[in-house]
Amino acid sequence: MLNFIWAFMLIIGIAYGAFTGQMKTITDGALNSAGEAVTLCITMLGVMALWSGLMEIARASGLIARLTAGLSPFITFMFPRIPREHKARDYISTNIIANILGLGWACTPAGLKAMEELSKLEKERTGRHQTAASKEMCTFLILNISSLQLIPVNMIVYRTQYGSSDATAIIMPAILVTMFSTIIAIIYCKIMEKKQ
Amino acid sequence: MMNALANLSSIIIPAIIFYIVAYGLINKCNVYEVFIAGAKDGLKTVFGIVPTLIALMVAVGVLRTSGFLNFLGEMLGRLTDMVGFPAPLVPVVLVKMFSASAASGLVLDIFKTHGPDSYIGLITSIMMSCTETIFYTMSVYFIAAKVTKTRYTLTGALIATFASVFASVIIAGFM
Repeated sequence: MLNFIWAFMLIIGIAYGAFTGQMKTITDGALNSAGEAVTLCITMLGVMALWSGLMEIARASGLIARLTAGLSPFITFMFPRIPREHKARDYISTNIIANILGLGWACTPAGLKAMEELSKLEKERTGRHQTAASKEMCTFLILNISSLQLIPVNMIVYRTQYGSSDATAIIMPAILVTMFSTIIAIIYCKIMEKKQ
Repeated sequence: MMNALANLSSIIIPAIIFYIVAYGLINKCNVYEVFIAGAKDGLKTVFGIVPTLIALMVAVGVLRTSGFLNFLGEMLGRLTDMVGFPAPLVPVVLVKMFSASAASGLVLDIFKTHGPDSYIGLITSIMMSCTETIFYTMSVYFIAAKVTKTRYTLTGALIATFASVFASVIIAGFM
């Protein structure tokens, strides 16, 4: 998918630019963007290092394990058909916590393991591998896509870099919006779960 | 209302740092050493995304300077302007569904043109903090489960995304 999008952006851009006579601008655009990408990464190095350092403390001190335990009632509510001791619950919890804390690189591995476990669970239920998504998978994906992140770290970095007078002003509004869309997502999942 | 929001916003990060470090100390964790190990991992993550970011920002740069996005955005924007959604944000919402990094490139463009504290900049900041890359997440996750029929996932994902976009426009109006 990304192959296609990337090629599409370059090819459409250059073709459209040739058509409208913007080749000089496109040359500058390409070279400047490459430089900007590096500047941005330098800013990100500091913030990322701070955040992952703190998260490592939270993991090593058992804080993450404690938070995962606190999430148990929510997991039971969202995924009532997953047995109590099933591994899928742990992976789903870790993924949700990492999502809430905005740890992109911690979300994906846990999310992928959760999907594998949900697939195994469906096989145990029906006796063979299913090519259609289970209700749990749909709910898990929709929850993930509804966005659960509390502190939009990347966005704050970008805002700072482009001279915002109050880069963190968006934290509370973003939390409210995230809560709103997550509640809508939960209602939708619950309706579909009953319906099918 | 905005003052309360801003005050809460400014204490969240120090509060989280305080809580994590204090919790670590109480639980006899070597906070300093552990922090450094974690920070090292964070640096690796950033180094890992440098090539991706360059590739995508160049592609976005080419697409942007060609004027194609303005053309497409104007087309769709005429429709969305009528319902109160600023036209420059249309490409960002569309691109974010496919690629977070490509959308970041567009976000930076908006910050450069309109400023991060403008009405459009605020909507962008909030909206981008509250949406995910639908097609990317779906393809990667469903591949892990070897599932081809995604049933009601896409509809739910789109509903959640549009709920975020809608709420972002409303809340930015109060800021």
